[in-house]
Amino acid sequence: MSSLHTPAGTHPQATSRTGLRTTLAGLLIAALAAVPVYAWFTQDVYALTLFGRILAFGLAALGLNLALGFGGMVSLGHAMYMGLGAYAVGILSSVGLHSGWLHMATAVLVTVLVAAPLGWVALRTQGIAFIMITLAFAQLFYYVFVSLKAFGGDDGISLQQLSDFGFLTGNKFAIYVSLLLTVLLALWVLQHVVDSRFGLVLRATKVNERRVQALGARSLPYRITAYVISAVLCALAGFFLANLTGFVSPAMMTWAVSGELIVMVLLGGMGSVFGPVVGAFALLLTEEGLKLLTERWPMILGPLIVLIVVYLKRGLWGLLEER
Amino acid sequence: MSFNLLLAQSLNGLQFGVLLFLMAAGLTLVFGIMSFINLAHGALYMFGAYFAALVFAASGSFALALLAAALGVFVLAALLDAGGLAVLHKRDHLDQVLATFGMVLFSNEFVRWAWGNSPLFMDTPDALSNSVQILGFNYPAYRFAIIGVGLAVALGLYALIERTRIGMLIRAGASNREMVSALGVNIGWLNRFVFALGAGLAGLAGAMVGPILSIQPGMGEPILVLTLVVIVIGGIGSIRGAFLGALVVGVVDTLGRVLLPIWLRELFDASVANAAGPALASMLVYLLMVLVLAFKPDGLFPVKARQQ
Amino acid sequence: MSQTTLKAICAAAIATCALASTSALAQVKIGFMSTLSGPAASLGQDMYDGFMLGVEHAGGKLGGAAIEVLKEDDQLKPELGVQIVSKFIERDKVDIVTGVTFSNVMMAVAKPLADGKAVFVGSNAGPAPLAGAQCNANFFFTSWQNDMQAEVVGKYATDKGYKNVYIMAPNYQSGKDNVAGFKRYFKGGVAGEVYTTVNQPDYSAEIAQMQAAKPDALFVFYPGGMGVNFVKQMRQAGLLGQIPLLSVSTTDGSTIPALKETALGVISGTFWGPDFNNAASKKFVADFEKKYNRIPSQYAAQSYDSALLIDSALKKTGGKASDKNALAAALRAADFKSVRGNFRFNKNGFPIQDMHVFEVAKDAQGRVSLKTASTPLKDLADPYVKDCPLK
Repeated sequence: MSSLHTPAGTHPQATSRTGLRTTLAGLLIAALAAVPVYAWFTQDVYALTLFGRILAFGLAALGLNLALGFGGMVSLGHAMYMGLGAYAVGILSSVGLHSGWLHMATAVLVTVLVAAPLGWVALRTQGIAFIMITLAFAQLFYYVFVSLKAFGGDDGISLQQLSDFGFLTGNKFAIYVSLLLTVLLALWVLQHVVDSRFGLVLRATKVNERRVQALGARSLPYRITAYVISAVLCALAGFFLANLTGFVSPAMMTWAVSGELIVMVLLGGMGSVFGPVVGAFALLLTEEGLKLLTERWPMILGPLIVLIVVYLKRGLWGLLEER
Repeated sequence: MSFNLLLAQSLNGLQFGVLLFLMAAGLTLVFGIMSFINLAHGALYMFGAYFAALVFAASGSFALALLAAALGVFVLAALLDAGGLAVLHKRDHLDQVLATFGMVLFSNEFVRWAWGNSPLFMDTPDALSNSVQILGFNYPAYRFAIIGVGLAVALGLYALIERTRIGMLIRAGASNREMVSALGVNIGWLNRFVFALGAGLAGLAGAMVGPILSIQPGMGEPILVLTLVVIVIGGIGSIRGAFLGALVVGVVDTLGRVLLPIWLRELFDASVANAAGPALASMLVYLLMVLVLAFKPDGLFPVKARQQ
Repeated sequence: MSQTTLKAICAAAIATCALASTSALAQVKIGFMSTLSGPAASLGQDMYDGFMLGVEHAGGKLGGAAIEVLKEDDQLKPELGVQIVSKFIERDKVDIVTGVTFSNVMMAVAKPLADGKAVFVGSNAGPAPLAGAQCNANFFFTSWQNDMQAEVVGKYATDKGYKNVYIMAPNYQSGKDNVAGFKRYFKGGVAGEVYTTVNQPDYSAEIAQMQAAKPDALFVFYPGGMGVNFVKQMRQAGLLGQIPLLSVSTTDGSTIPALKETALGVISGTFWGPDFNNAASKKFVADFEKKYNRIPSQYAAQSYDSALLIDSALKKTGGKASDKNALAAALRAADFKSVRGNFRFNKNGFPIQDMHVFEVAKDAQGRVSLKTASTPLKDLADPYVKDCPLK
């Protein structure tokens, strides 16, 4: 499997490709880091909201990639964890508990408590059954939140007050920068996880689970752990999204959103850690750009996606993979 | 809860189930034989509804509209398959999900561009616009007709699959694709026929639903999710499973939507009960699926042996 | 140059375009947002067409200022509405936000509007919280407070002597407001009260339930496509002639074109009808029919009035929208000729007006339209103004 770093001693073309990937990745990060600077000087706060959304979805896609790309678990329900993170903010806020650290801790804790048993149940199945069970759980949670009229139900919650982080509360710059730092941290952590022994076993289970078990490793703990970590990253993304938009609703956890996350992971290319960020960036920015050209933008985006699937078998980032 | 009400709701559930069956039959065959996940199945349903509405408005003949819808979508699907969609058959499921997702995006916007943002409305045919008297209350004749047509199609499909040569090939293909191909059957044409047949059924479903619901962009997605649930419960590749699964889901969903608010109202106030009721009813269907999968991961009527 | 590099450059270019500000030629920017797709698309479209006709009647400019109208579709999704309003305020820097069809979207966007201290002229949704505790000095509504339309129907039902009315509405703020409004003025008994899912297409289950309860009248609130589906399914169940159907926003200019004769005889309550006799209304109806080839609905009338209102306010501020307090004060004066006759604002930004009851009937040209039946409530103020802390 490829990653940002190659072992030493590979041939020059591969090294230059890796160099190109690293450069491009660096450029992308630099561009994203430049956004708050731009926003500061032009007072264009909207840029922070726009790129903040891209970063948040990128974070969620990074999480999903660990389960899907490296673990081979096709989950059609990861948007549910984004929703849990967002509703942690929404519900605590509604009952008067505004502390930002409390919101974040609750988001992470609740997600772990939900993802562990759910993952365990789902991983007892495989193939299409696994996909459908993850979908079913996501739909279940969706309907739970729809029925919670006390917390807005279908109409969602307009956050009267955002996560309290002292004087930085609600400051779009602070939210954006901390989100960017979280994404960078996630990239670093994921790279190490993927390269570690844990990651090795995980990737092996994707290829051939039976052989892994024959070699003496129990695959289930590895897969559940990967599933839970991916869920937590999605929850963090939801936490940031809630603060970015000030609005929380069950619409954040529909299967269509889960589908979009999968699209981002696939577009970016499943085999790498950085791919999903590219995928999120490409998909959302192309959407925004196309919206400027025409109201009929899905008529362009749809066929574009089909073409990418047919011709770019390893996603956008996969174009730069060593052969 | 009066007997009349229960009967009416059961009939509604049956009608919904029959509609789901038309959708599920096509999808399960396509998935079972071609191993092709087609998220655009809902879009085919939508095109069926639009074709029917347009033909009905132009000709005034409802039968013609239904025929046009079913045939039109049949031909559309065959053309799509011949025109390049077949490339996806060899790809893995994720690629198919992504590509058909792109097709859904395109289709919804195409429909919006071609026929506008507002829903199209289709009237029921005059012959079926009144109601029939069942045990003392009125039930719409049209919905009765849907049940009838749906059951007739189910019988027809049964006859096709169980009694004809091509049905035999389809069943064989569902069990072991490679073997059928090795036996000299042109698997490409068989696949194309199955794909188009499934699409035609979806188009028919869309056409029949037209007079009851509004015909609008995006109408295929909600029913697609339920259809997926149905084929998973029924067992991929099994028509029998699709039939039973569809009826169960249809009745559970409809009765749940009605009974749960009534029961909840005993415990909570009207607004809460009426919000929680439909939500819980929808959850019921998914809980049912999880339950089935826990005991029978391949569905109620699995066709293939457990895959490696 | 590799494909990925090319793509990256294109993405960057698109991003730059996305960030670039829009034209600076217009003096006043107006952000118009309504529901332009889905089953309620006809309401949003009527609102837009009515608004633009008002701009045309004002001479293409409002208050003498060149304007730019940014049109957006919220797709009846509150989260999308929040995004659009944030974009209006943060990126497009509009001076006035107007429109908003549905109450759930309205409640979601109320916060970003208030936070951004934007001037808002609503021309449809009028949810109760915004008339009461959450009232805002910069919010104005040229339509009505949600309860009011139902209140007049409730008064009508009491006057008609109905004893056992079955109530149905979609389960969101506006649905609940309408049910509350009906019950506030209806003194008879309630046979049943059912809330259905928003945009639910199939009412067969609920209609069968209602039949079993044997009410002497039915009160519903089903705007847009919901109304078309509901009335059609009532007719298919054979109930339309048998149980009197009282409604709000269910049979109106947006749904009658689809229902045609099916809707005849249905009663509804609102503030205006196309057969009104004053000069402003007659001009509006005549020009709307000529330009758009259909009878205007109340939603078009509401938005037409909002354009005239903004025109009158900008006239007072000399075509300038930069001083929000001055603009708000000018709007509050409501110095324009409304299609409904007299128009004045209550302290919470909602109108005080006469409410009428209409019947679906054929007009002088044989078209299915609304006919004024009576005026049960005059000079009606909404019931939530007492909770509003504004002076």
